[in-house]
Amino acid sequence: MSKGKELSFTLNNKPVTVEVEPHTILLDLLREKLGLTGTKRGCGEGECGACTVIVNNEAVNACLYPAWKVENCSVLTVEGLGSEENLHPLQEAFLETGAVQCGFCTPGMLMSSYALLQKTPDPDDDEIKTALAGNLCRCTGYVKILEAVKKAAYKMKQSEVNEEK
Amino acid sequence: MLEAYYKPASLEEALSILDDFAGRARVIAGGTDLVLQLMHKEVAADVLVDISGLRQLRKIREENGRIVIGALSTHTDLSESSLLQEKAPLLSAAAGSVGSLQIRNVGTVGGNIVNAQPAADTAVALLALDATAKVVSLSGEKQVLLEELYSPLGGSNLNPCREILTEISFAPLSKSKAGGAFVRLARRKAVALPVLNVAVVIHSEEAKGALTDARIVMGPVALTPFRARKAEQVLRGSFPGEESFCRAAGLAADEARPRDSRFRGSAAYRKELARVMVLRALTIAQSNLDGQGVNR
Repeated sequence: MSKGKELSFTLNNKPVTVEVEPHTILLDLLREKLGLTGTKRGCGEGECGACTVIVNNEAVNACLYPAWKVENCSVLTVEGLGSEENLHPLQEAFLETGAVQCGFCTPGMLMSSYALLQKTPDPDDDEIKTALAGNLCRCTGYVKILEAVKKAAYKMKQSEVNEEK
Repeated sequence: MLEAYYKPASLEEALSILDDFAGRARVIAGGTDLVLQLMHKEVAADVLVDISGLRQLRKIREENGRIVIGALSTHTDLSESSLLQEKAPLLSAAAGSVGSLQIRNVGTVGGNIVNAQPAADTAVALLALDATAKVVSLSGEKQVLLEELYSPLGGSNLNPCREILTEISFAPLSKSKAGGAFVRLARRKAVALPVLNVAVVIHSEEAKGALTDARIVMGPVALTPFRARKAEQVLRGSFPGEESFCRAAGLAADEARPRDSRFRGSAAYRKELARVMVLRALTIAQSNLDGQGVNR
């Protein structure tokens, strides 16, 4: 039974322990308490996907996710994807293909795409569309985002090939 | 404001916490509906009992000739299950049409039932499959027909402060003796509530023979998922085909009581839609029964 106030979980591959109220939602924990503002609050109702993070390898809407659910889980946010010096291939591909305009949906798009590529390294258009259907973008349209995911998949495959060499 | 968030390690512990708080605590599973209902103050709770750690309630198996689904199985689990894709494809199709991937990864089949929305895709398909639910409380466990969990006035008969839905089971659709279909119309192809959904299952003992049973369920055309009983009745003993299917579809549309909705369209439009979609679903179910269909 855990009613306690100290919540422990793995955040971006590092262990964290933080005091959390019973009603706290994961999105607020990340943004307000832990200062990780890469994860965005869009609709706050599970419609737009701007708050998408990955919990134990699955994309979830952080705005609908009670913080206590992540106890002993592994959470990945956009801050854990890459750094300014060392972008993740998905981040590179989004920049290179012009899949970013205002950028508000981008962290969520990246996380949904990341979850997809972990499971399906070589997705077809339909698989990408299904994985991103819960992420709304109001600027670019989705063509360039789709392109970016495909480009990232290619980059990731290439770097694997290079590693093997 | 919540006083406590419990994560019990066993079903017994969950039930005893619910009992301790005597109505002030309620069960949360995925929470994709409940969290919003709590935020919007449509549901009140002082304490949440999160049962999502009870691993034994997340399974999809064939046991003693029935398909058994743990209540904590997610919509993603259902839509990706090869067992369901083979033996109840309408259910995996229905589960795959719920919300977005982020919602399907978290929302559970038990929640889809207990939340008792009249158009809940997964529950509509389960009702067409004539599923049974296992409900446990401190007074013991009971098996009830899934449709008995729905109150005629809308909402669930299950008491979320005392009872836990643990399992759903149904007979698999046996090859060349049963066929099912799930069809859905929404304003967008994804992340949209259905304007109308229809699930049907038909049974026949011999190829091209008379139908021995039929179940037609649709939503949202009433306060709960709606069974078109007159249409089902007319199909029993009838030979499958355009004539009987058209007649059944007409009856189903007559029986349906959709409301005028600014979001979903007028009642008249959706009655006509019910006719078209029931006909479509029956036709697909028949081709699945014959083994020719795309099986969805």
